[in-house]
Amino acid sequence: MPTVEHNGKSFQVDEDGFLLKGMEEWNAEWVDYVKASEGISELTDEHQKVIDALQEYYKKNGIAPMVRILSKTTGYPLKRIYELFPSGPGKGACKMAGLPKPTGCV
Amino acid sequence: MAVAKLEQLSQSVVQGPSLATGAIPTKDWMDIPVVFKPGNYAFPAKKDKVEYLNSQSGLHFPNARDWSPEDDDWQLPENWKEIIINGLRERLEKFRSLKIFMDCCVRCGACADKCHFFLGTGDPKNMPVLRAELLRSVYRNDFTLAGKVLGRLAGAREVTPEVIKEWFMYSYQCTECRRCSAFCPYGIDTAEVTIVIRELLHLLGIGINWILEPVSNSNRTGNHMGLQPHTFKDNVEFLADDIENLTGVRINPTFNRKGAEVLFITPSADVFAEPGLYTAMGYLILFEHIGLDYTWSTYASEGGNFGLFTNNESMKKLNAKMYAEAKRLGVKWILGGECGHMWRVVHQYMDTMNGPADFLEVPKSPITGTVFHNAASTKMTHISEFTADLFKHNKIKVDKSRNDYLNVTFHDSCNPARAMGLLEEPRYVLKHVVNNYHEMPENTIREQTFCCGSGTGLNTDEIMELRMRSGLPRANAVKYVEEKHGVNMLSCVCAIDRATLTSLMSYWNPNVGVCGISELVGNAIVLDGENRAELDEGLRTLL
Repeated sequence: MPTVEHNGKSFQVDEDGFLLKGMEEWNAEWVDYVKASEGISELTDEHQKVIDALQEYYKKNGIAPMVRILSKTTGYPLKRIYELFPSGPGKGACKMAGLPKPTGCV
Repeated sequence: MAVAKLEQLSQSVVQGPSLATGAIPTKDWMDIPVVFKPGNYAFPAKKDKVEYLNSQSGLHFPNARDWSPEDDDWQLPENWKEIIINGLRERLEKFRSLKIFMDCCVRCGACADKCHFFLGTGDPKNMPVLRAELLRSVYRNDFTLAGKVLGRLAGAREVTPEVIKEWFMYSYQCTECRRCSAFCPYGIDTAEVTIVIRELLHLLGIGINWILEPVSNSNRTGNHMGLQPHTFKDNVEFLADDIENLTGVRINPTFNRKGAEVLFITPSADVFAEPGLYTAMGYLILFEHIGLDYTWSTYASEGGNFGLFTNNESMKKLNAKMYAEAKRLGVKWILGGECGHMWRVVHQYMDTMNGPADFLEVPKSPITGTVFHNAASTKMTHISEFTADLFKHNKIKVDKSRNDYLNVTFHDSCNPARAMGLLEEPRYVLKHVVNNYHEMPENTIREQTFCCGSGTGLNTDEIMELRMRSGLPRANAVKYVEEKHGVNMLSCVCAIDRATLTSLMSYWNPNVGVCGISELVGNAIVLDGENRAELDEGLRTLL
């Protein structure tokens, strides 16, 4: 599996560039790394709120929330989430939060 | 993996080298090796998923390892050749159909230009006849006298690591949609050839993650998404909350309820991802409207069965949980949602794998009294059959004008159409819930329907260009009705379709949306005591 380096830290990632070990390995450097690759200029409280919501949900459910639940818990409509994370809630926000990518009929 | 721009890709499909454009290959197909590069293969299954599956009862997934199709050395087990030949022998003995399909092709070519993968890629090895020939050549070499004596002259060749790579490439550029089979004068089910090739590859630890992760999720949590019981329940209840917001009617679905008359099973994506969510809202509204005595299950929480895309063992195991749960809950019969390949498994394999389900009753609609004799053996009825029967008996009150913001066409999802003959029922339902409806050209619908291009677990993003290519014949037919009739909604009865056609439309026909039929039913239903807001976009309206 590939490894990426950022600010002196290295992370094992899968082919999609998601953290291989998920939240176990997640830290501030990872957030900073994804921020750059996602084209996010500055991390705001809104970004943080989405990340917190995703991680909290994941701890309880072992999976990312459906997008509508994410909108409800953060109070941000989908459009706003896309503005915050240009690759969207799955590929952008989940990746930054250290969640795995959902699979199946999706 | 960036996908080619639309203009580029359309030109490449039309002008690129292919038999369809008269380009003649310069070498015999046996002499053209496969080349893997980013974008033309799906990611291999993760080692821990394969190990997990191998540790489960009733399943065998040997030779887990980290590998990449781009590697020269695929780290095949030492006795790989023996494994393949013995595996093929075992399957030839077990499946009479396979033996016939290996022997009876006359290479007439009727199937060649019927395949969406061939049409989209122009690659001769995507002609179904040649895809099957990839296996037949090995069969001839080791199992026929002509092949043993005459070798290549008789179309035989020895299995080599290069052949294994070729199998991997082309068994994962086939969606087992069986459009080609509909044109084969011998009725060869080429999907079963692909199925066997994939099975043989699994014996060597070769598979893709987008399939094996859902299989392992389903084995572990009951569904492909990996939704645990409390999450599954929360999600369905969340949809009930949305319905209450939209219609003013509170629906209280039940879970794992013993003694319910009917067990309802649908793909788990319907309670997780858009646009399937709206289809699930449609089910909830319909069942509330007719007062159906039914339950959801958090154990049998998946209609789909990625085991079909893997091997017989896992298909059998995943299918069995639906029946085990029906037995445990003591329901009379099972109602199945808008899933595609579930119906191939139920209609064509279930009875010999896990049947007969004689602890259940032949499905009988408690609302109309209709008995579904066609499901006498599997005890499982399709939501479209069930709904069509309700309409026939005037048991559903609808206001069709609620769907007037849409101009609808119907994509016959491959498996319900070709594996169970579900052609009229969805159309009958649509006729009762929409005013604006137009059919796509006749050679692209019903038995001749074109696949979404991403079925059998090929709905993963890293092969997006392949998906857009193989989905082009379907997208092209949609474009026709969009331009001629102003169609803006592509309806279907399959969860993979709902996900993959959404990507396909956003690429080729960005003004066309995708929905399940039950979404349109749910939106048209006039609920008792409703206090419905102005819903410009039906059940998708955000309030």
